[in-house]
Amino acid sequence: MSAKSKNRTAPKPRPRIATVWLAGCSGCHMSFLDLDEWLFELAELADVVYSPVADVKEYPENVDAVLIEGAVANLDNLELLKKVRARTRLVVAFGDCAITGNVTSLRNPLGGPDSALHRAYVEEVDGNGSPPSDRTTVPELLPKVLPLHQVIKIDAFLRGCPPSPAAIRELLEQTLSPPSKSRSKKDTP
Amino acid sequence: MSAENKTITIDPVTRLEGHARITIHLDAGGAVEDARFHVTEFRGFEKFCEGRPLWEMPGITARICGICPVSHLLASAKAGDEVLAVSVPEAAANLRRLMNLGQIIQSHALSFFHLSAPDLLLGMDADPGTRNVFGLMAKEPDLARDGIRLRQFGQEVIEILGGKKIHPSWAVPGGVRVPLSEKGRDAIRERLPEARRISREALDLFRKIAERFAEEAAVLGDFSTLFLGLVAKDGGWEHYDGTIRVMDSEGIRVADGLDPRQYRSYIAEAVEDWSYLKFPYYRERGYPDGAYRVGPLARLNLCDHMPTPLAEEARQAFRATADGKAVTSSFYYHYARLVEILAAVEEVERLIDDEKTRSPRIRAEAGVNRSNGVGVSEAPRGTLFHDYEVDEHGLITRVNLIIATGQNNLAMNRTVLQAARHYIKGSAIPEGFLNRIEAGVRAFDPCLSCSTHALGQMPLQVTLYGPKGEKLDERTRD
Ligand code: SF4
Repeated sequence: MSAKSKNRTAPKPRPRIATVWLAGCSGCHMSFLDLDEWLFELAELADVVYSPVADVKEYPENVDAVLIEGAVANLDNLELLKKVRARTRLVVAFGDCAITGNVTSLRNPLGGPDSALHRAYVEEVDGNGSPPSDRTTVPELLPKVLPLHQVIKIDAFLRGCPPSPAAIRELLEQTLSPPSKSRSKKDTP
Repeated sequence: MSAENKTITIDPVTRLEGHARITIHLDAGGAVEDARFHVTEFRGFEKFCEGRPLWEMPGITARICGICPVSHLLASAKAGDEVLAVSVPEAAANLRRLMNLGQIIQSHALSFFHLSAPDLLLGMDADPGTRNVFGLMAKEPDLARDGIRLRQFGQEVIEILGGKKIHPSWAVPGGVRVPLSEKGRDAIRERLPEARRISREALDLFRKIAERFAEEAAVLGDFSTLFLGLVAKDGGWEHYDGTIRVMDSEGIRVADGLDPRQYRSYIAEAVEDWSYLKFPYYRERGYPDGAYRVGPLARLNLCDHMPTPLAEEARQAFRATADGKAVTSSFYYHYARLVEILAAVEEVERLIDDEKTRSPRIRAEAGVNRSNGVGVSEAPRGTLFHDYEVDEHGLITRVNLIIATGQNNLAMNRTVLQAARHYIKGSAIPEGFLNRIEAGVRAFDPCLSCSTHALGQMPLQVTLYGPKGEKLDERTRD
């Protein structure tokens, strides 16, 4: 991360962090929100430049760190993930779905999404349903749900379903204020 | 913009719980012809749960959604109760109610403070870069802190009962695993006064600012539909048990006392090619006339009274705005949500001191005694159905889930259309107008990870399509 740039310029730019939600249940993001009032401190330390809880629609350039929840299940996920990697220095696989596929990947043994789609959109429906297929609006599902590291390089892993707020906080603190020789731990409130 | 038909796309729709986009189709004159709300995620739980033991289902289906895992946990456990053919001990029912209340508080607080308050307090036209919870923390720190603490209170009720804020494995077929400890009860009690203060103040605040949003209230989903949800035996507000009531916008009861386990006899599902979210409708009225709404707005319209005094007062004031008819503007989901937070806080207070809650008998043990079971509860966003079939060993052979948000799908689509017709005229579309269209969806607090239980996600994008369906323009806000 931005650790080395410390003495180069006078006012150090504020770190830019992001959170991304791929195919997961949002529980990892809820655990992030369970940081509760510490979020005020986080807002002092960094700018949150992209997140499902914010209104920025396009993943920005030049992001210092990102937490990515969820696995890669469809073409939209895949495209976004590659973009995120290209525009971010530190990529964190955030939670078990991102790391292993977890519950999201339980469909993999079915061998492709077709039987699950058939179950949901044909069998459970009155009349003749068929799976949504308008590719201008609903993305195609991948044959297999993939953990993030099978698609891009990952810099850090945060385990848990979801990871605990304490673990998230520790990771963010380490990322945002790397321990320097002169300064030990944080002493701010 | 040329004199051709166009489509505007809002992608992703943000500050929603899930992944979606909105497309708005314009005709040659630049007027809105159609608008759609697309859910772009599908995960396939109904299929991959086949073959798994019934006892795993609460834990697995909770992973449908991290915002309302408790709803799935409870509906799943209740479906399990049916398969076991047991009625759960009174203490277990009370404890499950308690956890559901904790969830209603945290989930509604998230919707109001974290996701929608930026629109309501910073303004629909505020800078999109800061129109979010962090912007709220900077501009309205006291309110933001209150919202964070109220959500935290709800999460703590869940944690105190289940040992974990998100995905506790606590409710099981037959009851619950652990009772409420003395220490836990004290911890909850200690935080009640603050929770009550925050929920009352939030309600006052909404009433105060509601006037400013008269225009939005009129065009963000104000139309007639049916309303559907659980009510208690005595017709009161209900979130865990009871029977289904259906009402129309005139406030007239269409059906009452329906057995939730028979949902298939009155609810059917349709599919559209352009969304992974299905379209449930009230069977008797057909598709799409059988559109109905669920969730806080529906529950407050449907019930005869609230179980607690402050909430009942608030409900009466809420219903008075519609002169005895149903409150029909979806914008007032916010209002209804705040009344429910207050009710939930008061109910928590009542339940922790209820003698029955303290009984150590919390679980009925039994084997598989039926080959199917339907579990129904009110999730924060509306009625939730888990329907299982099992073999003689309790392995799942079939699952159907009808999720709250899905049942609002028809109404959300109509909201998007109504909002688009009002705000979009010609090619100049201010960002604040797009945000209002999104705000129309946000009022429903759709949980798309839930509703597509499902393999996908929910961003908002506006695309313009030409007369032959060709893509002419795409607007993604940044
Ligand atoms: S790791 Fe767990 S909490 Fe996180 S998205 Fe996956 S299922 Fe949800």
